[in-house]
Amino acid sequence: MVSTLLPAECVGVTVKRQGRTILGPIDWTLEDECFTIVLGPNGAGKTTFLRLLHGLQQPRSGKVVWQKRGADLYCAQSFVFQTPIVMRRSVLENIRYPLSVRKVDREESYKQTRYWLERVGLADKSELDAASLSGGERQKMALARALITRPDIVFLDEPTTNLDGASTASLEAILKSAQQDGCKIVMATHDLSQARRLADDVVFLHKGKLVEHSSSQLFFDRPQSDLASAFTRGELLT
Amino acid sequence: MTDFFGGIFAAFELVFSLDEDLVEISLRSMQVTLSAVVISAFIGLPLGAYLALSRFRYRRFAIALLNAMMGLPPVVVGLVVYLLLSRSGPFGVLDLLFTPTAMIIAQTIIVTPIIASLSHQALRELWHQYHDLLISLHTGKFQRMKTLIWDGRRPLLTATLTGFGRAIGEVGAIMIVGGNIDHLTRVLTTAIALEVGKGDFQLALSLGIVLILLAVLVNLSVHMLSKTERAGTW
Repeated sequence: MVSTLLPAECVGVTVKRQGRTILGPIDWTLEDECFTIVLGPNGAGKTTFLRLLHGLQQPRSGKVVWQKRGADLYCAQSFVFQTPIVMRRSVLENIRYPLSVRKVDREESYKQTRYWLERVGLADKSELDAASLSGGERQKMALARALITRPDIVFLDEPTTNLDGASTASLEAILKSAQQDGCKIVMATHDLSQARRLADDVVFLHKGKLVEHSSSQLFFDRPQSDLASAFTRGELLT
Repeated sequence: MTDFFGGIFAAFELVFSLDEDLVEISLRSMQVTLSAVVISAFIGLPLGAYLALSRFRYRRFAIALLNAMMGLPPVVVGLVVYLLLSRSGPFGVLDLLFTPTAMIIAQTIIVTPIIASLSHQALRELWHQYHDLLISLHTGKFQRMKTLIWDGRRPLLTATLTGFGRAIGEVGAIMIVGGNIDHLTRVLTTAIALEVGKGDFQLALSLGIVLILLAVLVNLSVHMLSKTERAGTW
């Protein structure tokens, strides 16, 4: 599937907070059909960058240009937050929520929800309160909630930061599978090994600046900047 | 002390004998209070949700005003409603003064700010928690309000029961607009005030105990029906 939203272009975007520029200026194009990893140390601006692309953060200057606008644009995107937002509902109702917002037929919405419960391995916990899930299960639930609308693009903000190895592997498998189904994935992480495993291309940020954007192989084998080179060697801490 | 224990004994005697007058004023108390609380909830809950998730120019002022109105003196409310509903007032033609409807109006004015303000505080927290998700899902304002009210139903229930507590114990306003007329507008609180005035403390205390029992019964029933305390549910 080729997303009708892409390519998307960032044109001189900056984000300021309390008078300080925390991101940008960034000029960059988000291409279709690949797993994009936004890489950088803590405080690099990864979260702000993803929020900006998704429309949760407004730029102070510049603009993000998509191929669609309005509801068509936002309904074709999903976002998975670093700390999963758990609604005060059962696991099943949490996952079904985006479909109920879009007024999908009740029977159909439950059918799709059951499919996603199976797919993320939460079928046996569907009737439990979402708050009773473990961190890994909550993130799986959030991922299912993000994917249930079959979006063209999913943004993920360090979704595996607080997860153990098994949960991380499980989440990555779901993401890979979603990508094979035609979903474009843009994921922020500071985990180099995860980036190596998943990335088709890498966007490297440092102190709010886009330092490098290249294919995964090029980025890890022959980084073009000193900062990226230091980061891949584990020497760039902040 | 004799009055106190005598009052407790008399209360149980009244309850178990199903005294006709007691049943009548108890039912009227419930009718007036529950009507006022239901109307207040219909106004106060959406108003609280709207204030929690909307940003407009005089929002802070509106919230401060609402909080201040939680402490509206019932006697003043009663006086204002009296003047509005009296023959010479703007709504005098409706002939509502000294009727249960006038009492419901007065109680609604007292209870609505309480429910709205407590709802706003509860839903503000929830909105803070849900904000990014609901924005990300491109929900409309009505959907957000609906989601907040549904997911915040437990604290909203508490807010509504707080309003009920205030209404069932209210005496000043309903005394003024209802007039404490026997078989027409007399309720438990106004009956207690009357008996205290007559010096019959034992009967006043027994009516007070019935009032408390009714309040406890309503609270327990609501909690049981809404299953708020059932383990493992929201």
